[in-house]
Amino acid sequence: MSNPEQLRYSKEHEWLSPAEDGASTVGITAHAANALGDVVYVQLPEVGDTVTAGETCGELESTKSVSDLYAPVTGEVTAVNQDVVDDPALVNSAPFEGGWLFKVRVTDEPGDLLSADEYTAFTAG
Amino acid sequence: MGRDIRPPLSGSLMIMTDAPRRTALDATHRALGATMTDFAGWDMPLRYASERDEHNAVRTRAGLFDLSHMGEITITGPQAGELLDYALVGRLSAVGVGRARYTMICQEDGGILDDLIVYRLADHEYMVVANASNAQVVLDALTARAPGFDAEVRDDRDAYALIAVQGPESSGILKSVTDADLDGLKYYAGLPGTVAGVSALIARTGYTGEDGFELFVRPADAVTVWEALTEAGKGAGLIPCGLSCRDTLRLEAGMPLYGHELSTALTPFDAGLGRVVKFDKPVDFVGRKALEQAAERAETAPPRKLVGLVAQGRRVPRAGYEVVADGSVIGEITSGAPSPTLGKPVAMAYVDAAHAEPGTAGVGVDIRGSHEPYDVVALPFYKRER
Repeated sequence: MSNPEQLRYSKEHEWLSPAEDGASTVGITAHAANALGDVVYVQLPEVGDTVTAGETCGELESTKSVSDLYAPVTGEVTAVNQDVVDDPALVNSAPFEGGWLFKVRVTDEPGDLLSADEYTAFTAG
Repeated sequence: MGRDIRPPLSGSLMIMTDAPRRTALDATHRALGATMTDFAGWDMPLRYASERDEHNAVRTRAGLFDLSHMGEITITGPQAGELLDYALVGRLSAVGVGRARYTMICQEDGGILDDLIVYRLADHEYMVVANASNAQVVLDALTARAPGFDAEVRDDRDAYALIAVQGPESSGILKSVTDADLDGLKYYAGLPGTVAGVSALIARTGYTGEDGFELFVRPADAVTVWEALTEAGKGAGLIPCGLSCRDTLRLEAGMPLYGHELSTALTPFDAGLGRVVKFDKPVDFVGRKALEQAAERAETAPPRKLVGLVAQGRRVPRAGYEVVADGSVIGEITSGAPSPTLGKPVAMAYVDAAHAEPGTAGVGVDIRGSHEPYDVVALPFYKRER
């Protein structure tokens, strides 16, 4: 699955959408979902929480592993995807769409987010 | 993302100094797009696509596995059976030709060196199948225990590839590519035959809780057999399956995995598998004295018991996590995973005898600092209908 052009990417394999109504959407990439295997449990931050770029804000469990979810930016969480909490398999089946994780009102972002091409090169190795 | 708290199949990994070994089916796995993993020094398929789909295929249709990492050791000679009676806890001399036994090899102190399947191939020939991670240990122990017996211990690890076809459709699939009489082949039996035109030892054994077959073939014939089974299984829904689903299948079936439920620190009695120890055999065997004491202890004052745990919630217990009750640690998880069949996380754990009865209330698992409620149940979690 190719990485959508309009998104930006963290080296921890999260994606970040352009802001819409003041908030950006966050998810994990297809590359990450594939590496995890079948996701069976998703723990997300709560609406109103402040997340900090580069710090953990949740976790994803698959059959064989547990991985921390890192915030790609700093800001306030404005929405979480209840569908993915109820059906974590959405992370595998639609990582860039129905498998989004939360929305965040960005107050600060690190300077090292990657473009789609840069992320594709980053994960090619 | 990023930091994996537990590596895949943790506890089964060993420190490697050499590049991992590849099976005769390596190119086939790569062509199928398998995610590979280092398992006991072998580069093995972890999964091909969704491990949940692979698991469900074995429960409802059929799955095809490469298990060539397993370690085969052949014992031959007029006293082959006597050697195994002395070296192992079972009574292998009483096993009929063409039959197999689940058994163990123990230390003098009763600690488990490995669990094994032993096939009696002829009057004077047995094949011992050890776990990949323990194959050298088992080979060394058998070799050390052989002097004085008119029997030879042979390292046959490189002589075989092992392909398993498991699941309710496996019998029909295998029938279409073999001349062997599968209907006459009982569970835990094995016979030589021909599969896809090549010689094979066909065994009705497995590690999934389903009906199924394990085919020991020459490595040079492995691709032929794999491709024939793939083709024969197309209409029946057979898919290639990796070690990830093998682990969840055996966990649901309540089958122990060495390094998790079994170790040198435990005797077969501690693991609830005392039935494999045959005290009534009329000869001495390695570990007898210690095992008699272990049997007594398990009967009168068991320290901990192996139980099943089923999650009330959705967080997954992993090997090494603490089992808690009333704020105290009462046990430890040995294996845990989301169960595709039950639809919730399950685990095996050793817990204090006071909390081991199915239905015991107030038991939880410490999942990274949070105590999640679990139900204590009898094993196995899943039993097929026969």
